[in-house]
Amino acid sequence: MALPIDKYLRVAKMPHIWCPGCGHGIVTQAIVRAIHELELDTEKTVVVSGIGCSARAPGYLHFDTLHTTHGRAIAFATGIKMAKPELNVIVITGDGDAAAIGGNHLIHAARRNLDLTVICFNNNIYGMTSGQYSPLTPQGSYATTSPYGMLEKPFDLCNLVIGAGGTFAARSTTYHARQLTNLIKEAIAYKGFAFVDALSQCPTYFGRRNKLRTPLEMMNWFKDRSVPVSSWEKLSPEEREGKFAIGVLTKAQATELTEVYKQLIEQLQQRGGE
Amino acid sequence: MAKNQARLLQGNEAVVEGAIAAGLRFFAGYPITPSTEIAEHCAAKLPVAGGKFIQMEDEIASMAAICGASLAGLKSMTATSGPGFSLKQENLGFAVKGEIPCVVVNVQRVGPSTGMPTSTAQGDVMQARWGSHGDHEIVALCPASVKEAFTLTVEAFNIAEEYRTPVVLLLDETIGHLREKVILPSKEELVVKDREKPNVPPEQYKPFAMDQGRIPGVPPLAAYGEGFKFHVTGLTHGEDGFPTGNPAIAEKQLRRLNEKISSNKKALCKVEKFFLEDAEVVIFAYGATARSARKAVRDARAVGIKAGMLRPITIWPFVEDALLEVKAGRPKAVIVPEMNLGQLVLPVKSVMGDSVPVIPINKLAGQLITPEEILSAMKEAV
Amino acid sequence: MGKTLQWEVSVNSKWCKKCGLCVEFCPRDVLEMNDIPTVKDAARCIGCLMCEMHCPDFAITVKRRENNG
Repeated sequence: MALPIDKYLRVAKMPHIWCPGCGHGIVTQAIVRAIHELELDTEKTVVVSGIGCSARAPGYLHFDTLHTTHGRAIAFATGIKMAKPELNVIVITGDGDAAAIGGNHLIHAARRNLDLTVICFNNNIYGMTSGQYSPLTPQGSYATTSPYGMLEKPFDLCNLVIGAGGTFAARSTTYHARQLTNLIKEAIAYKGFAFVDALSQCPTYFGRRNKLRTPLEMMNWFKDRSVPVSSWEKLSPEEREGKFAIGVLTKAQATELTEVYKQLIEQLQQRGGE
Repeated sequence: MAKNQARLLQGNEAVVEGAIAAGLRFFAGYPITPSTEIAEHCAAKLPVAGGKFIQMEDEIASMAAICGASLAGLKSMTATSGPGFSLKQENLGFAVKGEIPCVVVNVQRVGPSTGMPTSTAQGDVMQARWGSHGDHEIVALCPASVKEAFTLTVEAFNIAEEYRTPVVLLLDETIGHLREKVILPSKEELVVKDREKPNVPPEQYKPFAMDQGRIPGVPPLAAYGEGFKFHVTGLTHGEDGFPTGNPAIAEKQLRRLNEKISSNKKALCKVEKFFLEDAEVVIFAYGATARSARKAVRDARAVGIKAGMLRPITIWPFVEDALLEVKAGRPKAVIVPEMNLGQLVLPVKSVMGDSVPVIPINKLAGQLITPEEILSAMKEAV
Repeated sequence: MGKTLQWEVSVNSKWCKKCGLCVEFCPRDVLEMNDIPTVKDAARCIGCLMCEMHCPDFAITVKRRENNG
């Protein structure tokens, strides 16, 4: 049952750089545990990230890994997956990385239903650049670039992905570590574009500025606002205010792009081409 | 394709034929005049050859996708024009830093900005060299015919694979859209090179080793899915590919990264010398402009002017040695016609110094420079 | 309690950043925060892995004891 860390981590690179109490280590462990429980072939698994705190995760993970440019991890991963469909391609991204600069690639990958697993380490802030607001910062929350409270309305990442045609979207938090692991397992196993919104506490920048002084306070803040998807459906809009659903929000079968492309190649090569 | 039969081909189509002959198996692109035909031909021909085509959501994604596919082991290419070339610069820089073999075709059109999308130009030459930030080298080749659009694409892939680097293929719209009768080399006649694979077990593999590889400074490249479990990052990294802030390591790696190109100019810099042996006036011209220059040389010779042309096939690294040879011949002038306000004329001037006058001819609104315009400039110079 | 020890909780002091989450998440009050989290009462551990799974530093591993297998 114990997690064989030295099989999955680049132990020589540890300890990692994340701040004490940062949730990213918890989400990364959930990924490692999911891969372990799924018994994925570690030689056929590629982990891709963009730029930001979350993006440092692949550097610690003992797989083929790629640390790309800000917002573009999903586009790099698209090339990897199309080129070698037999690879398990997991993208680690942040809320800013995925939904601000990377938003265009996120919605198109969801639309295409390419077999990628995208895990968003969502800490509602830009941590690496020390605390600016992101498209996921709740209205009214404080950040270095929202000194008077966040004015804009944030995204709901799962709804964004579903709106783009995504057929697997789930959410959990670092508080619900076991559920988060199970959802990541399900997302990796899902044949198609699978998105997991993983709420992860940033005590250093988000927490300190928003009266959530300790990592635990922030994790409790996640717990208090999370509603299992089964009861979420029964809540009225007012009851949903300030809360979010956790669990699998959508899961449906859909034709997967590399599968369809494989069939095209087979047809053309049978016909011998024009 | 019957062996060596004459065909009527468009430049853009020849690029795709050359790419597939060189082993292209992944194309990602985005529609943009005047390069779209390259994407269209790839969409039709790649799956037949067992390769993959994808139209991405923008040029940034296209450049990212071909890096991913190349790291997964496939020869990959993208094609665009000015506006898309600008968008691709950051990820082009990533390909340079990650030493990721790939080919980036830029079919130039009049800029800046939207410019004249269907009109020919050579205004992105300096962007090809310095478009991405930071000290880096780039290799850029420039065809002047449909046949060269084929052969230089093969050459671009060979350089990309041999030197583990992105290679820019700089066409202008004229060459891209030109249809010409052309006899292409057959598959057997082509020399196709592939990236050097590691010959050490995974635990000893250093994806950015300082001292491994057939070519000094060019480390072998594994592929994702082969068990090497290697790391590639845009952060300055050590031999093992992991980030480093240690200036000594960083400096060595950055110098290796640049010198693997700059110290191989002999192998990389290709030129065409046309009637140079006794030339009193030399034209330095590339791409479509070189076609007018060739005619101007013939016309000049017909009226007794000893003219010649030095045509850079390799735009970057700059063909300095070939120009020094020209300089040694003490021509009366070097004429540099370009469909821009003067870009390659700058390094030409720095080579010629005060000893040989350098005369630019510039057009920037999408018209070709004519042989007559070049001839008259020559007459003035001699 | 006198129950034989079922589980072994070990803390990697080189990786642990002393965030205290393990102590907070343990439902059985097995851990306490000294310089680093230390096991106060190993017999109370039921192997639920709440500490291991909520550790951001990969610094806690919970193993079933061999000797009573």
